[in-house]
Amino acid sequence: MSALAFADPTFESQAAFRRIMRAMSAPATVLSCGEALAPPPPLARAAAAALLTLADFETPLWIAPSFPAAVRDYLVFHTGAPRAAQLDKAAFALVDLAADGLDLARFAQGTAEYPDRSTTIVVQAASFEAGPRLLISGPGVKGEASLAVSPLPTDFVAQWAANRARFPLGVDLIVVADARLAALPRSAAIAEGAR
Amino acid sequence: MTARAPTADPQSGPAEIAARRRAMALFARARRDELAEPIAKRWPDHGARDLKPVESGLVMLRGRIGGDGAPFNLGEATVTRAVVELQTGERGFAHILGRDAETARLAAIADGLWQRPAMRGDVETIVLAPIAERLAAEAAKTRAETAATRVDFFTLVRGEDAE
Repeated sequence: MSALAFADPTFESQAAFRRIMRAMSAPATVLSCGEALAPPPPLARAAAAALLTLADFETPLWIAPSFPAAVRDYLVFHTGAPRAAQLDKAAFALVDLAADGLDLARFAQGTAEYPDRSTTIVVQAASFEAGPRLLISGPGVKGEASLAVSPLPTDFVAQWAANRARFPLGVDLIVVADARLAALPRSAAIAEGAR
Repeated sequence: MTARAPTADPQSGPAEIAARRRAMALFARARRDELAEPIAKRWPDHGARDLKPVESGLVMLRGRIGGDGAPFNLGEATVTRAVVELQTGERGFAHILGRDAETARLAAIADGLWQRPAMRGDVETIVLAPIAERLAAEAAKTRAETAATRVDFFTLVRGEDAE
């Protein structure tokens, strides 16, 4: 039996879009999203909600090889998004932090004329409770906010500094864990916090 | 795409695609009772459920003058889409003109049943044949009515070109 997507696509995708926009405008804010969904494992509910909301037939989607065919079928069937052949052609990407590496530089970075043509990466983490604490500042953050993400690549902060150095180019992240999400737009500055 | 939907026929050659197209086109033009009655009578246990909620929307119709002119947007048509999955795993799809959700769902169920090789013959004779017959009769009637009002123009030689 195939898994279902939003029961009411219009309103549920609008609600999810609102959450994603709120998360993007206030980096490091953890919001709940996609509680009602039941995507095929190991796809997180918030990851499913984000991609069902954002991806469509015009946005090439790159799905990390660690995800089983059931996840790929689910996303392709419900969004109609074409599969991106290469990472740097993807409008959206789905990456599992536990199973796949994360190399931000390999994704589409946008162009000087169209910085928006970069990849928005949906990064699936295990939790927002454990793991290294990231100190986040920048537009949308009053003072400094902190966000714990686990598991995280050891060189993530350095990678993010390089990503931020490419501004206005660079990738944006939507970090998800189960039915919660937080966003790290390219404008956010990340410093390593205490463990 | 590497992974295919479970219902995608592994031997989907051009002939198979053409046959499915013809069947789906007929389902899409069926009246509700033409689908509801045979399905309720012959396949009451299809166990279909909606994979996507039935939705109505607009599609832009494009035209070309004379069939080969520059394309232009003719106008929008209201279309209802249904996607169902039968208990046996086939996925049925339907797009019909108008906003009749139930008919769209029935057309999708019929498409799913048609994909099951054991059922195809029955679907063809019980469901498709009457629809095709009605459509052919309607087309013939329209043609006959049009033919009755037809005027053939002749230009007779009027003499001024004569040498």
